[in-house]
Amino acid sequence: MAELDKESVDATPNVTEVETVDAATVEEAVAAIEAPVERGEPILQVRNLVKHFPLTQGILFKKQVGAVKAVDGISFDLFQGETLGIVGESGCGKSTVAKLLMMLEKATAGEVFYKGQDITKLSGRALKAVRRNIQMVFQDPYTSLNPRMTVGDIIGEPFEIHPEVAPKGSRRQKVQDLLDVVGLNPEYINRYPHQFSGGQRQRIGIARGLALNPEIIICDEPVSALDVSVQAQVINLMEKLQDEFNLSYLFIAHDLSIVRHISDRVGVMYLGKMAEIGTDAQIYDHPTHPYTQALLSAVPVPDPSAREGRERIILTGDVPSPANPPSGCRFRTRCWKAEERCSTEMPLLAIPERFVASGTPAAHESACHFAEEKNVVHAA
Amino acid sequence: MTTMEKTANVPAPRSDEDYQGPLLEVRDLHVEFHTREGVAKAVNGVNYTVDAGETLAVLGESGSGKSVTAQAIMGILDMPPGRIPQGEILFRGQDMLTMPENERRKIRGRKVAMIFQDALSSLNPVLTVGYQLGEMFRAHLGMSKKDAKLKAIELMDRVRIPAAKERVNDYPHQFSGGMRQRIMIAMALALEPDLIIADEPTTALDVTVQAQVMDLLAELQREYNMGLILITHDLGVVADVADKIAVMYAGRIVETAPVHELYSRPSHPYTRGLLDSIPRLDQKGQELYAIKGLPPNLTRIPAGCAFNPRCPKAQDICATDIPLLHPVTERDGTDLPGRGSACHFWKETIHG
Amino acid sequence: MRDATKTSVAPGSADEATAEPAAPAAPVRDAAKPRSLLQDAVRDLVRKPLFLVSSGIILVLVVMAAFPTLFASADPQLCELGRSLQKPSADAWFGYDARGCDVYARTIHGARTSITVGVLATLGSAVIALLLGLISGFYGRWIDAVISRGIDIVMGIPFLVGAIVILNSFRDEDGFRIGGIWGVLTALTVLGWMSMARIMRSTAMQTKQSDYVTAARSLGASTGRLMFRHVLPNALTPLIVLATISLGVIISAEATLSFLGVGIQEPTISWGVMINQSLGRIRESLHPLLFPAGFVSITVLAFIMLGDAVRDALDPKLR
Repeated sequence: MAELDKESVDATPNVTEVETVDAATVEEAVAAIEAPVERGEPILQVRNLVKHFPLTQGILFKKQVGAVKAVDGISFDLFQGETLGIVGESGCGKSTVAKLLMMLEKATAGEVFYKGQDITKLSGRALKAVRRNIQMVFQDPYTSLNPRMTVGDIIGEPFEIHPEVAPKGSRRQKVQDLLDVVGLNPEYINRYPHQFSGGQRQRIGIARGLALNPEIIICDEPVSALDVSVQAQVINLMEKLQDEFNLSYLFIAHDLSIVRHISDRVGVMYLGKMAEIGTDAQIYDHPTHPYTQALLSAVPVPDPSAREGRERIILTGDVPSPANPPSGCRFRTRCWKAEERCSTEMPLLAIPERFVASGTPAAHESACHFAEEKNVVHAA
Repeated sequence: MTTMEKTANVPAPRSDEDYQGPLLEVRDLHVEFHTREGVAKAVNGVNYTVDAGETLAVLGESGSGKSVTAQAIMGILDMPPGRIPQGEILFRGQDMLTMPENERRKIRGRKVAMIFQDALSSLNPVLTVGYQLGEMFRAHLGMSKKDAKLKAIELMDRVRIPAAKERVNDYPHQFSGGMRQRIMIAMALALEPDLIIADEPTTALDVTVQAQVMDLLAELQREYNMGLILITHDLGVVADVADKIAVMYAGRIVETAPVHELYSRPSHPYTRGLLDSIPRLDQKGQELYAIKGLPPNLTRIPAGCAFNPRCPKAQDICATDIPLLHPVTERDGTDLPGRGSACHFWKETIHG
Repeated sequence: MRDATKTSVAPGSADEATAEPAAPAAPVRDAAKPRSLLQDAVRDLVRKPLFLVSSGIILVLVVMAAFPTLFASADPQLCELGRSLQKPSADAWFGYDARGCDVYARTIHGARTSITVGVLATLGSAVIALLLGLISGFYGRWIDAVISRGIDIVMGIPFLVGAIVILNSFRDEDGFRIGGIWGVLTALTVLGWMSMARIMRSTAMQTKQSDYVTAARSLGASTGRLMFRHVLPNALTPLIVLATISLGVIISAEATLSFLGVGIQEPTISWGVMINQSLGRIRESLHPLLFPAGFVSITVLAFIMLGDAVRDALDPKLR
């Protein structure tokens, strides 16, 4: 795992001003994108990212009647060489964040700075250069590989799209090396995806993501479709590759145990907002946001004796619709601490005042008016 | 399957009071599927019993045969391509595989009910929830439409759906995932069955909702004193609710144990590997232990112990002799009730 | 820094032990050579009676169309009124029609026109459908709206009215209608592509949503690559199936037009023309009608059966 300078990361509040490099020319932008970033420096900075999907009525003359607020103003940094885990329940917007960072969806508002360049405003050659450096691993290994292409074609496709990365003659060799790197037999190059099991397919997907030597890999639930015994293999492979290729991961998942295992820092999302963000120990051992606490306490732990000593918080009701989120704090409708103030005043993501000076692990960003430390993971 | 000749052998139905044995007993069940690539042996001699009020968790990965066994019990296996070459499924002592179809239908739905993973596709999207719940009463008990609806509201209250009276005329898509799963539970409970089979009931749900639904299921089970077979791949969910666990691998039960003991002292290398390969929530570990290799292809299950190519303890004997489910004992030979391990080296595994 | 080509798996880690020893146990069917989905489908097809029977019939029909003289030695254009309406005999297997022409020879020779028109019109409409459906389904938005409404409009034209209008526009310099193959081909192509385009559009739309298309998009793939490398190959199956089935339908549509006297005309022989000619004396004798009509039915049935078999074989859900 990347040894991060945790101190400096924790101390800096997330609102650091990012200098917008006003790239006069595409050349400058491309040059900036190709420049290396020091380990521990922010490589990706997300600021107030918003994505609203319009809800329309009518067939011919569409009229907007509302919007699904999938992502509603989130900010975070991804540091070079680290793994940032994003957890949350379905509908919290974590997958939309992945799509926005991959520029598969156009952001409604906000910025994503990659090495100082706002990639939401790039196009053409500069955008292509960014795409080369940010890759994605998908959730479902059964649908993310084109069934009519051979493994060699699938892993080699990045080279066809970015021919400057590898000259034509060397591609086959590169593909075979990639297969070897992800632990598959290089002789499988002419096989088709349906001849592989789920875990093997996910390795193929990872090999495709590695082909262009990217700096960032966005993993959207990369192991949730796999069997338990295969999950561990893939997780170990991903950790090994991170060390080998100096990758930064944005690891999106709903499985809190896996996120803790692989992440250096963790962000908890709820209804399009970041509820809490901090290092893995801060979030798991010293959570201050009630939602994080409830989420952690609900995780079934495969150890009945440890289970009995744990406090369980069972939330009532379901996640409200992102088309019509509650006013004020989004979590207040399910929160046991909710008071008048929560429905009127939206809590900001910041280190709670009472913990700022404390210097304890509770001093991390949490969007709650009544942030309070509570240990729900360890048996009392 | 059921022929008229066979019905002669079926013991006459006994009244509930006489019957002393387990609620459900599966004996040496085999299920195979005829596919283009050959015969896939999905279940290869499964034995288990469930008593009233007891929860048996069947744990396994995809392809382990855990769901196929359940489908065979419910009689919803697709045949063909499926086939049950041998085995018995005794419900209150009567073999469901040999009884005539009309008797079997009386058990299915009324005495044994099933809850599926995907509630949305198990509910009919064009009928109201109230109608679908009421259908159980109309079809099985011949109730009038009005009474059936009242019963439906009562059921929705039982599974704690808020404002049941107002929501009884809503359609399935108007409910959230957790609420739909509650409706599925209500439907399974409608006729107060003796046994419920829940196939990955919470896999599609979010963690916070998962806890609610599992709690509800456990509570209702206690209240009605039902038997529950919980089929899952999630070691965490099992730890919460099960009394005993059967771990399946390649169509066989490889280990049985009361729930606490399985986690504290697994006696089969596969179970041990599974437990070691899941990351922990309460501490950050180093590298995860990973079981090497892949689950076997069911058309070509390895000879001997099916787990031998992936097993760290495998010896020559493992590739030739199929291990039976040995009773597991303490080091000094004391009995460990309910424990069994299908491993030639169970002693080494549990006592290290 | 990050050079994938130079690294190899570090031996000894728990993870890496996984794949290599497991490889032989992987669910790869033939260790020796890999097969594509298409090869699988072909392997599947040759074991199906439905496919064997239908393709056998089609093969015979195609050979018949290509080399009619192999099957019939009599001259289809040689008509002697003296033989008018003679019943089938060893001499003339299908008998003679009202004008005294050999029905068997004419049926065999008629296969060429009917099958050529069927194949070409199907190919033509499939190409139109493929392009319009793919563009419409892939781009969506206003392009889709325009193309879809276009499909609706053409679909709204009654087939016969449309065909008669088109056929009437084919005239020689003196203003006489040409009862040739080109007019019929045009009419059948112009009026035959819509349902294929619709199915192409919907499968293209569906395929566009696939993760592998998203994956290619996130790599920066061009629109052309997305459309022709990813969407098209995966969206083609329903179109192929529908085209096979509509080949039969188009053959019978050709017969209908010729039967109504607006399609192919004498001296070109087609099954429709023959059916048309037989009608005048239908009360006296049925055989000049039955044989060409029977051939139309068998051909249509063979293509529909083939379409069915192909669909079963290509349907990934069945594997």
